[in-house]
Parts: sequence; C-alpha cells; structure tokens
Amino acid sequence: MDIQTWTYIIVGLTFTLYIGIAIWTRVGTTKGFYVAGGGVSPLANGMATAADWMSAASFISMAGLISFMGYDGSVYLMGWTGGYVLLALLLAPYLRKFGKFTVPDFIGDRYYSNYARSVAVICALFVSFTYVAGQMRGVGVVFSRFLEVDINLGVILGTGIVFFYAVMGGMKGITYTQVAQYCVLIFAFMVPAIFISIMMTGNPIPQLGFGDQLSDGTYLLDKLDGLHAELGFAAYTDGSKSLIDVFFITAALMVGTAGLPHVIVRFFTVPKVKDARISAGYALVFIAILYTTAPAISAFARTNLIETIHNKPYDKLPSWVINWKKTGLIEFKDKNRDGIVQYLGDLSKNEVKIDKDIIVLANPEIAKLPNWVIALVAAGGLAAALSTAAGLLLVISTSVAHDIIKKQWKPNISEKEELMWARISAGGAVIIAAYFGINPPDYVAATVALAFGLAAASFFPAIVLGVFFKRMNKEGAISGMIAGLLFTIFYILKFKFGLLGGGNQNDWWFGISPEGIGTLGMLINLFTALVIMKFTPPPPNEVQKIVENIRIPEKID
Amino acid sequence: MNKQKVYWSKNLKYIGVLMSIWFVVSFGCGILLKDFLNNYQLGGFKLGFWFAQQGAIYVFVLLIFIYVLLMNRLDKDFELEE
Repeated sequence: MDIQTWTYIIVGLTFTLYIGIAIWTRVGTTKGFYVAGGGVSPLANGMATAADWMSAASFISMAGLISFMGYDGSVYLMGWTGGYVLLALLLAPYLRKFGKFTVPDFIGDRYYSNYARSVAVICALFVSFTYVAGQMRGVGVVFSRFLEVDINLGVILGTGIVFFYAVMGGMKGITYTQVAQYCVLIFAFMVPAIFISIMMTGNPIPQLGFGDQLSDGTYLLDKLDGLHAELGFAAYTDGSKSLIDVFFITAALMVGTAGLPHVIVRFFTVPKVKDARISAGYALVFIAILYTTAPAISAFARTNLIETIHNKPYDKLPSWVINWKKTGLIEFKDKNRDGIVQYLGDLSKNEVKIDKDIIVLANPEIAKLPNWVIALVAAGGLAAALSTAAGLLLVISTSVAHDIIKKQWKPNISEKEELMWARISAGGAVIIAAYFGINPPDYVAATVALAFGLAAASFFPAIVLGVFFKRMNKEGAISGMIAGLLFTIFYILKFKFGLLGGGNQNDWWFGISPEGIGTLGMLINLFTALVIMKFTPPPPNEVQKIVENIRIPEKID
Repeated sequence: MNKQKVYWSKNLKYIGVLMSIWFVVSFGCGILLKDFLNNYQLGGFKLGFWFAQQGAIYVFVLLIFIYVLLMNRLDKDFELEE
C-alpha cells in the first residue's frame, strides 16, 4: 500500500479512538470539566502531562533544531525537562493541597486580591493563546504534507476533533485522550529512532548508539565533529552561543516550563498530594524517553545527511532527497556549476538549504522503513499537536468561565450556568485558535519566547513566594509580577520585534538573548517582591493559615 | 504546631539538597564546567556534552523519585498520610 493510504488508515483509526474516548468521558459538573473530578491516577496523569507538554514543536522540530545547533541545542533538552524538578519540588504538591481549579485561583486567594487574580488571568490567556496558535498551524502542516490536502482544511479537521472532545468532556475528556495520544506519539517517535540507531551503529538503543562507534570504527560524535570541521561549521559538541546566553536561556525555559498554566493545572487532577509528587516523576520519565532520544536522532541524521548529499553528483541523489525537494523543505542551487553538491558552513559557497523539520519527517525514508512507519509519524505529529492544543484550550476556557465570569463578574451563577459558560468559552477559544492556524501571524515563532518569558517572570516567582514565604503580601507579589512582566515584555519587544528602538545582538544587555531574558525578569520579580514586602503590612491571619495549611499534606476535602 | 514546623524544615532541607544537585548537573556540569569536562570521555561522548544532552535529564528523573521516597517516608513518620 502507498504512504497516503496508510496515512488515511492510521490517522483515521487514531481519530476514531479520540472521539470514542470523548463520548465515554462526558462530564456534567464544573469539577469534572475543570479538573476531571480530581480522580485521575498518577500514572495516567503522568502520561497526560507528557502529551500535554510535548507539542508539535517537540515532536516535529526539536530534533532538527538540535541537529543544526549541536551543543547549543542542549538549552531545549535541559530547559524543557529541568522544569519538572521545580514543579515536583516547589509547586505541584502545594497547589494540589490548595485544591482549587486554576493558577489565577491560587494567586487571587493567596494574595487576597482580585487585582492579582486579574493580572494572573491576563498572563494565562496570553501565554495560552500564543501557544495554541502554533499548535493549530502544526496540525495543518502535518495534514498538508502527508495527505496532500490544503493546510486550511487540515486546520479545520483538527479543530473539529479538538472541539468535539474538549467541549464535551472538558478536562476528563482531554486527560484520557492525552493518554492515548502519548502512546501514539511516543511509538511513532521511537520506531524510526531505533531503526536509524541500528542502521548507523548496530545498537538498538538510540541513547547508547549516540555514543557508539560507526561501522568504520570511529565514534559517531568524533566523526560528526570531524565533518563539521571539514565543512566549516562550528564543532557539533561545542556550539557557538555564549556561555552566559546558554545559562540564561536554559534557566528561562526551566522556570517558564514550571510556570506554564496548562502544565500546572494537570496536577490539580490527581486525588492526593502524594499523587501530585509521583505523577510529576512519571511525567518526566515519559518526557525523558523522547528528550533523550531526540539528540541521538539529531546526531544520526546530521551525519547521515552530510554523508548523503555533500560532494555527491546532483543526478545521483537518493530518492528521499528528490521526494522532499518537492515540498520545499530542502533546496539546492548549483552555484559553481560543477554538477556536484557542496554543503558548507561558508554561506557564499553553500549550495543546500535544509528546513529543520525534515530531520524527523524524512527520518523513516532515510532509514528505508516501510510506508506504515511514515504514516505513523504523521499520526504522531498530529497527536502531539492536538494534545497540547486541547490542554491550552482548557486553560483558556477555565480562565474565562471560572476566573473572570464566576469569580469576578457574576459570582451568583449556578454550577450549571458556569459549566455552560465553560463550554461556550472552550468553543469560542477553539474557533479563535483555528483562525490563527489559518492566518498565522508571521511572528508566531517569536511569540514563543514571549510565552516562556512571561510565565517565568510572572507565575513562577509569585507561586513559589506564596508557598515558601508566609510573610509575602499582596503589595509585594503584585508589584513583583508587574515589574517582572513589564521588564520582560519591554526587552522582548525591543530585541525580538524591533520595537521601542529595536537593537541587534551587539546591543543585548549582558549578552542575554530575548529567549533567555525571562530569567532576569524572574530575578527582578523576586527582588521587587521581597523589597516591597519589607515596607508593607503582613498578610491577614486567615491567609497565613492558608499557607500553613498547604504545606502539610493531611486529608483533602 | 511544633510538629508542623519540624516537618516543614525537614522538607526544606530535602529540597535544598536536591535542588543543589539539580543545579550542579545542569548548570554546573552541562554549562559552566562543560569545557573542562569535555577533556574526559564517556564512551564516545565528551563528558560535558553528555551531561548537557543526556546525563542531566537522567539525574532530573532520579531527583524527583528520590524526593517522592523521602517525602513518603516523612509523611509516614509524621502520620500525615492521607
């Protein structure tokens, strides 16, 4: 059977599964809709968190990104996993004990202020919308590449599926579809990785093959460093970013991860404090499987790519290169007209332009795997994008229905009405997300830096201070959040979007890129909060009681 | 009340130790000491590079499970099991 038939079959089967789960997990209460009734097992929550967290970018783009960045790609590997240690040790158990529905709930109650709640809601909405636009686009891209349908039709199909299970089943529907989606995506990611590892090093475990010898007896990474030196690229194991920038980006991604509302809310869904701790552990295991395999794929694919195309005659390139040339993901231009491909670090002589996404997407073809594996990669990419989109849509719908309508605007509405509002806002959010998927603002990639920066500079410090400093009051926390946010927004607008005077790499403060500035924003938040706290009255007694209470696990409800 | 304070200070101690390890394996071995550690090999890996792309992640996983074990034991000692 050809690739397209296989793709229709496998994608069709997975979508049927997601819809089946949605019907099975319908909910009728706000608690069911917001936190799946608080009855999810830690293992299932770990899997759901992993799928929630790993987006289209993790699945499709990350290995390729690292492939072209070498050591510098470590910022993503450490940054997007290290945050789970922060979550497990500093946030998840206490937020679970607190036992409400959303992050703005905690901020609003802990800092006894609707003003603080509003700041948190705005951040949560902004971060989630930024993120979700990219996911819907990812769905469209996967559809168009594998099924050769129009990108917009792809976005609409994906939207339809998410709409169905998010609006019907809320958090419960999302949780169990995410469990299924995790299984699909990890299987789809690992199968080609294992085959490529065997093909190149004879070792079936990619994490070990990564450090193993090639058939000619040299170590893979030594070979790759050698090739890079020969072609004029920076050494693969060395990278080219400055030390301080690598440090700050890694920290911003870690802290940002721990502060992302769609990740945090997952820990509200387990029954006990102790479950929140262990499910963060499970989540990281499930994430680490992909995150330790990705850099291995990067190195395999990089070596393979260079050896396949560099110094080869144009008319003798393998068929996968020809196939992917049609998609525009790989482009050639015979600059010196010698009929031979030159792939070089020197841009004036380099003849090849390669899109990072090709590394994962073309992997099965490079390894000469059967057509059903290629179809599986398509289903995996869709699972990764849909699961993350659904998690984000839920945050948006809860923020609107619970934090804005119920907590501020109409406190007297009944549970039924609140649930109706939650469904309406989930539906509205899906439609807005689809709109951005079809008409992506060209700054989508840039806004991801903003999402992490804002989460790092606002939520993370506010929550940690709220748990670990009993004396922290609303004056301190609110001024800290605002200072951290304004600073981070200012820096990113200036250096990423070229507004407010703009500036280039040489103008960066202390050599820190906009991607890493959230770390400084977080420090500014902490410093401001602690100073203001010293000069303002302590929080009321009942708030100090809340803090004492969330620190001890005891019975809940 | 006193019991709560003891529980909390033990928890803080665990967090302090584990977060230090967290910092050392990632920001330490993977970033600040990378060039120095790259003088050593672990199989086909330069050691600093290995920490940055593999080792730190394995240690992160371990840290969470160690914390889970420590806290479960602490909850039991203080009879705070739910």
